[in-house]
Amino acid sequence: MDAEAAKMLGAGFAAIGAGLASIGVGNVFAKFLEGALRNPGAADAQQGRLFIGFAGAELLGLLSFVIAALLIFA
Amino acid sequence: MATEAKLDPMHQFQLEKLAGADWNIAGYNIAFTNSALWMAIATIALIVFVAGGMKRAVVPGRWQMAVETFTGFIDGMLAANVGKNGKKYVPYIFSLFMFILFANFLGLMPLGVVGVHAFTFTSHFSATGVLAILSFAIVLIVGFSKHGLHFFSLFVPHGTPVAMIPIIFVVELISFLVRPFSLGLRLFVAMMAGHVLLEVLSSFVISGGNNGPVMFVIAGVPSFVLMIGICALELLVAGIQAYVFALLTCVYLNDAENLH
Repeated sequence: MDAEAAKMLGAGFAAIGAGLASIGVGNVFAKFLEGALRNPGAADAQQGRLFIGFAGAELLGLLSFVIAALLIFA
Repeated sequence: MATEAKLDPMHQFQLEKLAGADWNIAGYNIAFTNSALWMAIATIALIVFVAGGMKRAVVPGRWQMAVETFTGFIDGMLAANVGKNGKKYVPYIFSLFMFILFANFLGLMPLGVVGVHAFTFTSHFSATGVLAILSFAIVLIVGFSKHGLHFFSLFVPHGTPVAMIPIIFVVELISFLVRPFSLGLRLFVAMMAGHVLLEVLSSFVISGGNNGPVMFVIAGVPSFVLMIGICALELLVAGIQAYVFALLTCVYLNDAENLH
């Protein structure tokens, strides 16, 4: 296979990671809402932890974007 | 058939030397770039914003209320994450949060309509990396000056079995050292990905319009509608990324202040 074509394929495969990260981010917020609706009194205090979880899940998806961008542009 | 629109989504991140292309220090060029210009604009906007709210009126006006909401928000964040000792970091976290927030929002402003091309300097790792190193350096300085070598107990959580200590120490050390990279990388990639996405979508609108009325209706219009939604999402991301940066700095400061 042509090296250039292989790079483009690799970048496309890296995009799968972004999709999986979206599942992760969705999970973070879904579980938070689930818990928050059961116990609304405790929800506000946990918002910081919600965003830490969100940041962690999002970072891993962004890494796949970095890999895709490196393959295409570098 | 109209000519194919040339798509170069990375062009918007190009640094341009506005002044001093020949200013060199020790072999490095220190020209005043468009990145530096927008940093200056963000700083000035931030100073104007805060100065407008420092009236200390007993019954605050709208502007003072806006500034006090932000300071109160940062104050609450530090109180929740660091505790009583966190009070002294309010100026740093506030500056950090507002600077990133203003930078992200200024980069998203539709100033291209009036011919000014906004530059998002938070989409460059050199800018976000320095901010991350600043946060990390403060964590190290506070940690070592407050706890001395006892700071290393951060890497051995309470109740670790003795046999596990060497492994846990290495794992915790790596996770500690990776923090500045993840902090800077997250902000830079989120901003860059968003701006590339907006550019690609807008090129769909334009090349759809160039290829006749049918393509305009089936490709241009849906892309435009999607783009409005993505713009709203980007505004949300700009806020969340600034918040996450400040929040994670608070969490790291908590480690340095209180160990664990």
